[in-house]
Amino acid sequence: MNKDNALTEQPTYYEEVVNKGYSRRDFVKFVSIMTAFIGLEQSAIGQVAKALETMPRMPVIWLHFQECTCCSESFIRSSHPIVADILLDKISLDYTETLMAASGTQAEAALRNTMAKYKGKYLLCVEGSVPLGADGVYCMIGGKTSLQILEEVAEGAAAIIAWGSCASNGCVQSAKPNPTQATPIHKIIKNKPIIKVPGCPPIGEVMAGVIVHYLTFGRIPELDRLGRPKAFYNKRVHDTCYRRPFYDAGLFVETFDDENAKKGYCLYKVGCKGPTTYNACAVTKWNGGTSFPIQAGHPCIGCSEENFWDNGRLYDRASVFSGFGIESSADDLGKIALGGTLAAVAVHAVATNIGKSKLIHEHEAEGKESEKELE
Amino acid sequence: MANKYLHIPRLRRVYVWELPVRFYHWLNAAVIIALIITGFYISNPLALMSNKDASHQYIMGWVRYIHFAAAYLFFFNFLFRLYWGFVGNKYANWKQFIPTSKRFFQEMWKVFKIDILMLKKNGQQQDHLSIGHNAMAGFIYFLTFLAFLVQCLTGFGLYAGMSTWWLPRLFAWVPAIMGGDIITRQVHHWSMWFFILFAVIHVYLVFYHDYVEGRGEISSMGGGWKFIEEDVFKKNLHQTPNPEKTNDKK
Repeated sequence: MNKDNALTEQPTYYEEVVNKGYSRRDFVKFVSIMTAFIGLEQSAIGQVAKALETMPRMPVIWLHFQECTCCSESFIRSSHPIVADILLDKISLDYTETLMAASGTQAEAALRNTMAKYKGKYLLCVEGSVPLGADGVYCMIGGKTSLQILEEVAEGAAAIIAWGSCASNGCVQSAKPNPTQATPIHKIIKNKPIIKVPGCPPIGEVMAGVIVHYLTFGRIPELDRLGRPKAFYNKRVHDTCYRRPFYDAGLFVETFDDENAKKGYCLYKVGCKGPTTYNACAVTKWNGGTSFPIQAGHPCIGCSEENFWDNGRLYDRASVFSGFGIESSADDLGKIALGGTLAAVAVHAVATNIGKSKLIHEHEAEGKESEKELE
Repeated sequence: MANKYLHIPRLRRVYVWELPVRFYHWLNAAVIIALIITGFYISNPLALMSNKDASHQYIMGWVRYIHFAAAYLFFFNFLFRLYWGFVGNKYANWKQFIPTSKRFFQEMWKVFKIDILMLKKNGQQQDHLSIGHNAMAGFIYFLTFLAFLVQCLTGFGLYAGMSTWWLPRLFAWVPAIMGGDIITRQVHHWSMWFFILFAVIHVYLVFYHDYVEGRGEISSMGGGWKFIEEDVFKKNLHQTPNPEKTNDKK
């Protein structure tokens, strides 16, 4: 982490925690939890603690575009209070529309000050997609389009975190026909490291973990091929699901009100997208480890996957084919094609017997002649 | 009555399909059938009426195991066939499948007219075009090879996430490019229908050729032999889509 003049004026995270009234013990607990979440071994606890004790807190600009603020909501509900306190109050959120006290001119001034003072040093968090349609008029703040704001602020950012499915892949507002041309961040900003943290919303602890990792090591965490932190997105929900034994046994919920649902069988046949969704829901769970959708009896809808809204239905697993009707099951179309093929084959067989009758009769005569000669 | 036009030709035996080709063909047929059945089951499993605990059964597990095992066989069999396309006899050569000459397309058009539209050529109802694949069949097999490729890419792409072996992990880029596992799985499912439709037409046409030509089309994939009329053989009237010899007399 850089220790230049601009940043050393800032207090360290530990100082902030102490000022906030937390004990050393609380701080160490927090560090232990975060170390576990970001997938480090126990011996790294000291490293994380040291980073938070010695590093000046990092300025963060948190932009909101086309979104519902569920990412922020999720973040401030992280299980450990310090997560919200340190990382949100005290991460020095120098600018975030929904949580800062300032508004109007003061807010815009805060944004400009942070951008100028910490140029090249601040972390940019983006919640929401950027509408490019109609010159960006669908989402404007302070007289600027979100595209203008994003490009200006991204210019001086050290790294960018794309919070949630909106910023990572467009989410619901980019569903067909995507009237506002909602566009994810990585398709606009090409020259900065971008961490995608998809989910609608992402898990609060995952969000905190990504930030702590960045603070501790001063660089972005290891990402997978789609730009998501491997620590949280390298496993399918399906492969970590506690209902997996029912799947392997072939025991499924058929309808939401059947006996199998009461027994807690696998939700695969009522549309669970766990087998195609990469997220930490089944491991980290939600609301402080209380539960997650499948545990509550609802199939995973795959909210952290690209295009989850357009790729088939939420409550069955049929492969759909759009464009035939609104959408048709691939198997229905396949059956129609199969019927058509069989009919065509039958017609061809009849036509062969008529069209090539001379040839066929010749063969027959040939064969019969040979048969006679054998006698 | 029949004798006035009857001409009984002597048939020459030609070794068309070598043992590795026949082996490939039947292994391929078997694993594709297994893959389609297990694939359907995986996409929409039966409602088991069972009062046994999950710990006492492993139905879905076994079905998936068969699917994956068959997929590996399919994959290596496919690779082997590609290899044989370079070292096998001329009927197995890759040039039988990929159009590289104008003549290939001309023959395809000819096959289309005679076998599908059933037009008569010079009053004849059938022409002895090819000993191995005709150009149309060869080209369709080329399309099946592309379908094999799609299934291998999407299938191993989906499999890569839960594998520790380097081979399936080589395909991990596929879902990343396609935009996630959900769409990859759908493409895998759609493409499967190509195999079903292909199988129907393929089996029908084998019977068709055997019926109208009487040259051992069906049994050729068993023993490897096809038969060709002596006079056609002598006058060199047969052809292959991309012949090695250029002095064709036709």
